[in-house]
Amino acid sequence: MTDYLIKGARILGGEPRDILIRDGLVAEVGGGLGGAGAAVIDADGLIALPGLVDLHTHLREPGREDAETVESGTRAAALGGFTAVHAMANTSPVADTAGVVEQVWRLGQEAGYCEVRPVGAVTAGLAGRQLAELGAMADSAAGVRVFSDDGMCVSDAVLMRRALEYVKAFDGVIAQHAQESRLTEGAQMNEGAVSGRLGLTGWPAVAEEAIISRDCLLAAHVGSRLHVCHVSTAGSVEIIRWAKSKGWNVTAEVTPHHLLLTDDLVERSPLGSYNPIYKVNPPLRTREDVEALRAGLADGTIDCVATDHAPHPVESKETEWSAAAMGMIGLETALSVVHAAMVETGLLDWAAVADRMSYRPARIGRVAGQGRPVEPGEAANLTLYDPAARTEVDPRGFASKSRNTPYEGLTLPGRVVATFLRGRPTVLEGKLA
Amino acid sequence: MRRHLISAADLSRDDATLILDTADELARVSDRSIKKLPTLRGRTVVNLFFEDSTRTRISFEAAAKRLSADVINFSAKGSSVSKGESLKDTALTLQAMGADAVVIRHSASGAPHRLANWVDGSVVNAGDGTHEHPTQALLDAFTMRRRLGTLEDRRVTIVGDVLHSRVARSNVLLLNTLGAQVTLVAPPTLLPVTVESWPCEVSYDLDAALPKSDVVMMLRVQSERMNAAYFPSAREYSRRYGLDRDRLARMPEDAIVMHPGPMNRGMEIAAEVADCARSTIVEQVANGVTIRMAVLYLLLGGETQ
Repeated sequence: MTDYLIKGARILGGEPRDILIRDGLVAEVGGGLGGAGAAVIDADGLIALPGLVDLHTHLREPGREDAETVESGTRAAALGGFTAVHAMANTSPVADTAGVVEQVWRLGQEAGYCEVRPVGAVTAGLAGRQLAELGAMADSAAGVRVFSDDGMCVSDAVLMRRALEYVKAFDGVIAQHAQESRLTEGAQMNEGAVSGRLGLTGWPAVAEEAIISRDCLLAAHVGSRLHVCHVSTAGSVEIIRWAKSKGWNVTAEVTPHHLLLTDDLVERSPLGSYNPIYKVNPPLRTREDVEALRAGLADGTIDCVATDHAPHPVESKETEWSAAAMGMIGLETALSVVHAAMVETGLLDWAAVADRMSYRPARIGRVAGQGRPVEPGEAANLTLYDPAARTEVDPRGFASKSRNTPYEGLTLPGRVVATFLRGRPTVLEGKLA
Repeated sequence: MRRHLISAADLSRDDATLILDTADELARVSDRSIKKLPTLRGRTVVNLFFEDSTRTRISFEAAAKRLSADVINFSAKGSSVSKGESLKDTALTLQAMGADAVVIRHSASGAPHRLANWVDGSVVNAGDGTHEHPTQALLDAFTMRRRLGTLEDRRVTIVGDVLHSRVARSNVLLLNTLGAQVTLVAPPTLLPVTVESWPCEVSYDLDAALPKSDVVMMLRVQSERMNAAYFPSAREYSRRYGLDRDRLARMPEDAIVMHPGPMNRGMEIAAEVADCARSTIVEQVANGVTIRMAVLYLLLGGETQ
């Protein structure tokens, strides 16, 4: 295994340091390090971050290999600076058995670009009627700790209560896609001034907030861990802040796109009116929501950024709005979007970015060896990032099989230069190694 | 004029007035025994209808034919669309056939915006989902102008299912552009939650609005709304928001009654009101052909081959 000597990287944005990587570990950190036989990487001006950890990724395999595979999705993840991703369960077949989660986990190992942590479905077939075999998935080689019916909400209050209770036995967490189904029948976009003008059925904020409120109360009642997926409204931030103030064990994530984009893009954007590239669940909200989400991420109410990378083939988006699939890809742009929304605005420094994109998501997902500080003895999962670069987003250059990015043509700050997974480079000089 | 007519918001006051004035001139042609003009000879107009709407389709067809355009009717039923062809592929097919204008009716809001990305010809929105129906608003404005002389400061009350109405959206925009004062009247369940951001007044009380109206426009209540808890029953809706003889009597004497059709007689409008002299419902149909001639003429007319 090659040793690497990273020269002059600013760890978490601090003073330049050298980092020696040996045998998959960070061997030394300091000034003027020498490493006999080590490959030298000039990191002058680059920031070193712990490898990013995504709690919410759709890799689509098995079932929709036309949109993404574990291999293509983890290549995209590596290019985005990630060293671990959580593969959501809404595949075909659904990841609701030990067999499927082990398959996804093994595909991740074989691809070798990123640690793949499968998420298990909460209910069999995501049908919301009976619990999937959560214990079998937890005990499998995949070691599942995060369970979610993402894409669907666990609507039944009793089932949700039981799931929250049951996973305590193996330190699991239920990650809820909070969407009250009756309030969102046929919903197409955020319910507000824009949906009213465009004649598109609204997805009201209350449909998210009502479920989050209920679930926080349930989690408190049974003393369990709850994780809230892709928080999108100002009201949700308030509810989670309140739940945390009570000392309840609630965590939450926000997507990069909900930190940057707003619902008026559906009406007017450089990519055209009613362009389904902006169709996503939960929907893009208003400027006030974006401000509240940023503030919530900054003060720690929202624990982490999760991409909700949702690849779709071209034909699923080249349609009229209502026929289009929901979702956008985000692995390869996540860090740059957070840079634009949170760092350039002065809301987070790089140490806090490491906390929200690596330390905390790794803790929530119970991912050993990830989300650790760049210190001697730790696994060498890290990302080198050039904060001075500016890049125009061109989906043709993506490693993802899909092209459904809402940032096409936008110039975003920063660029991932290198990613190391347990001491081995998956990305060097901005390209897959 | 722009290349497309997709939203009433696309029209400036000058654009809208030009269309109405052109329609006035073309109306004289419609009064002649030979109704045809050679203006669009050799041009192809495609009626692309993904939703059944015989009224609107034949109105556009008559308009195009009176201008001597070749008309192709493309209905989704019995076509490749029913076999799963995408809107984009349909658009590319029409493009390859050389359509100069595509008149599109679609159940999805925004379908004409998408179509305009894929064809070079003019796109005319003939009703998209619950979004807009700009030629309906134009024919309504044309009808009002003929009856009332001007739209400036005229008080127009639009009553009914505003939430799902493309007619209401286009009318609010266009009437505002033309200087009229619009009041929307509906049960709160049938108004968008942010309707206060629209350029109009809003009321839940029809009886209060009627004496202050120069025009009362009744909207159709779709039968599927009746079972979705928007209101308790058809009878209660009719009692609170239907236009019957007693309510007609509370309107100013020269105020007119409009309806875009098709009507639910006895539901939102009583039969005797629909058929009375102050009702313009049949005129609206005739004016529909004229206004669509004006739209096609102005979108396509300047550049005959």
